[in-house]
Amino acid sequence: MIASSTAGQRPKVLAIASGGGHWVQLLRLRPAFEGCDVVFATVREGYRGDVAGSEFRLIPDSNRWNKFALLRTAFAVFCLIRKEKPDVVITTGAAPGYFGVRIGKFLGSRVVWVDSVANAEELSMSGEKAGSFVDLWLTQWPQLARPGGPEYLGNVL
Amino acid sequence: MIFVTVGTDLPFDRMVKVIDDWARRNNRRDVFAQIGEGGWEPEFISFSNFLQPPEFVERFKSASVIISHAGMGTILSALHYGKPILVMPKKASLGEHRNEHQTATAKRMLEMGNLNVAFDEDELRERLDHLDQLVQPKRIGDAASDSLVAGLRSFIFKGC
Repeated sequence: MIASSTAGQRPKVLAIASGGGHWVQLLRLRPAFEGCDVVFATVREGYRGDVAGSEFRLIPDSNRWNKFALLRTAFAVFCLIRKEKPDVVITTGAAPGYFGVRIGKFLGSRVVWVDSVANAEELSMSGEKAGSFVDLWLTQWPQLARPGGPEYLGNVL
Repeated sequence: MIFVTVGTDLPFDRMVKVIDDWARRNNRRDVFAQIGEGGWEPEFISFSNFLQPPEFVERFKSASVIISHAGMGTILSALHYGKPILVMPKKASLGEHRNEHQTATAKRMLEMGNLNVAFDEDELRERLDHLDQLVQPKRIGDAASDSLVAGLRSFIFKGC
């Protein structure tokens, strides 16, 4: 069980995403993490320099077309969350981020799904699935927000 | 310099072939392309399969025009650096991506008026011949919208 943050303590945030646009979008959320202890997790060593000064963890990449790689990613994310015990897990997708919020929720973190701004007409498949259990479910397009569905609070633009 | 990029891994031969042919016909030596893994290799323009992030940023900053797939990572970078960008959506129907979201995103972003879109090869050829007429983007800042940041902070610090 993960202890939730108490007054006076800095919340611990795990910010996790796969590469490319998902990572670029995660970086644009950084002002939301000011005053937190943040651990960034992604799939390419080359991104380490983007978050110099913050904790950085590498996880193996995967997508839903390769079941073995998915298991490897899930296991790495499980170990990461067990070790870091974040209060909050936040992701912009895709598969590694889905595991982040799924396993984070299972291990007691509060979790946020920010669906990629690339999904303007329908939510991503993992975003739809994440909606059933995440604590905060966000789309970046107002026309996709609906009661009982994802909320729109703004976008990364 | 014209910087061409297909995104992180999947090739985009349909776009790269048109650009390579255009560069050869016009003897444009100022084109560099990041082409992904396992695709067609250009005959005229210089290229690399993958660029490490620091080199990617350097290529990006020194470019006068960006031509790319309609991926949001590249689009966000172009808007951030204030570079004119011409995108061509990858199509799942041609095996270039996993679904058709790039076409949808390109249409929406086009409505916002900050980028240029070629939906097929013919449009790409047409736009390449008139690169000086591309929309100059309004630059965006370093971070997400204030309302999104505020909402996330409220969730992190107050739990709602």
